[in-house]
Amino acid sequence: MLKILKYSFFDLIRSRWSIIYFLFYFVSGMVLLYLSNDVSKAIVSLMNITFILTPLIGTIFGVMNFYNSREFVELLLAQPIPRKRIFLGMYLGIGLSLSLSLFLGMALPFVFYGIFGSSAIGSLATLLLTGIFLTFIFTGISFYIALVNENRLKGFGMAILVWLFLSFVYDGLFLLLLLLLQEYPIENLAIGMSLLNPIDLSRILIMLRLDVSALMGYTGAVFHRFFGNGTGMLISLLALSVWTIVPVWFILKKSHKKDF
Amino acid sequence: MIEIHGIEKRFGRLEVLKGFDLSVEPGKITAILGPNGSGKTTLIKSILGLVIPNGGKITYDGQPIANNWQYRRHLGYLPQIARFPENLTVKELIALIEEVRGEKGQSASLIQRFDLQGFQQKKLRQLSGGTRQKVNLVLTFMFDCPIYILDEPTSGLDPIALIRLKDLITEQKLQGKTFLLTTHIMSLVEEIADQLVFLLEGKVYFRGTHRQMLQAENESNLERAIAKILEKEHAENP
Repeated sequence: MLKILKYSFFDLIRSRWSIIYFLFYFVSGMVLLYLSNDVSKAIVSLMNITFILTPLIGTIFGVMNFYNSREFVELLLAQPIPRKRIFLGMYLGIGLSLSLSLFLGMALPFVFYGIFGSSAIGSLATLLLTGIFLTFIFTGISFYIALVNENRLKGFGMAILVWLFLSFVYDGLFLLLLLLLQEYPIENLAIGMSLLNPIDLSRILIMLRLDVSALMGYTGAVFHRFFGNGTGMLISLLALSVWTIVPVWFILKKSHKKDF
Repeated sequence: MIEIHGIEKRFGRLEVLKGFDLSVEPGKITAILGPNGSGKTTLIKSILGLVIPNGGKITYDGQPIANNWQYRRHLGYLPQIARFPENLTVKELIALIEEVRGEKGQSASLIQRFDLQGFQQKKLRQLSGGTRQKVNLVLTFMFDCPIYILDEPTSGLDPIALIRLKDLITEQKLQGKTFLLTTHIMSLVEEIADQLVFLLEGKVYFRGTHRQMLQAENESNLERAIAKILEKEHAENP
């Protein structure tokens, strides 16, 4: 698995897109930091970009990489090596190379600005962590979708729909539900629904870390009240880990039975 | 060696392999022929474990290959389409396959044979289709395997590379290697194959030498013999 991971990582990290992705975060971070001159504000603004872009890029890379390496996968499958190592290696290769672009692109501007010694370093670390979580989660989901769908157009469309749903539609539905049920106690429902969307979970995690009650929103506040900051963050982290592992489990299960 | 018993494969409602037996003769070159969609690639991929059959059994040296990957150490496979990770160099790709197999390949002599010396540091996306196919051949033949499975080995090769490939196959055969190949180039079959297996609609329609096939169909060359079989088949099942 490590061998496949290594080469998949090197292949991707040299691609133009990894560099563009890195530069995008780097430039955004620099601009936001030096224009606002406020680390916390820059982190919140970056968060809003990250939560849209990271899942999208993870989704696109996951699908494209799988379909582009279709023939190469066949060559690998014909080698004396178990299937699961190939797919795990490929998946981790994509996740790690994207995470590296994200990590460097986002962290370097703060390093130049002088984050060390500032109290905001914990918030930046949380943002980076959620970004990496989202990268792996959405890479995993889209990789699985590509594995299931032979038809590239269908696979690509489905993966984008999942991203669109979790990024935008879900929040709308959530809000609508809260409005409709506002007469009832709906804290448990709100917590449950937040756990079912990794992007919401990441947002809650950061809000709890930043401890900006004005920005927490309803679910953030519910988490805050129910669990307190510490436990709330732990629960979101656990839920994000589950979100990361489940697609990988599906990938391994599917890859075992699939015809190539 | 490879033994196939009653192999069946369906893709949805489409029955691609309809239950036949086949044993691959050791030390011989067997060509698998048949029209498009007759199941050639599916058969090859089943042997390699890429496609999982719905029924029947494939064994290697008496051991079933299902849920087993160790036996692939004895197989060298040349895929039909040569597409590799774009940003790796030829040298890195060779190293990757060597690492995956856990053995050093004899790539240097093959690189020379196919005139790839100048391409080793080139990224794979910069290579032409024919050059990629030569890299594909290096990856397959650099390991010392008792069996080589080649899916359309000649695609994209120029005449010089084609001659060198034929020489390579002949040399390897002299060392006792077994070959299983698919191709649409009948002259190649006439030249090198010892055995023909003609697949038609998921079954073995003919099996024997190419001379036997010519006699059976009363034709002077393979292309005509095959065309005749297909026309007959089409007349019976329009």
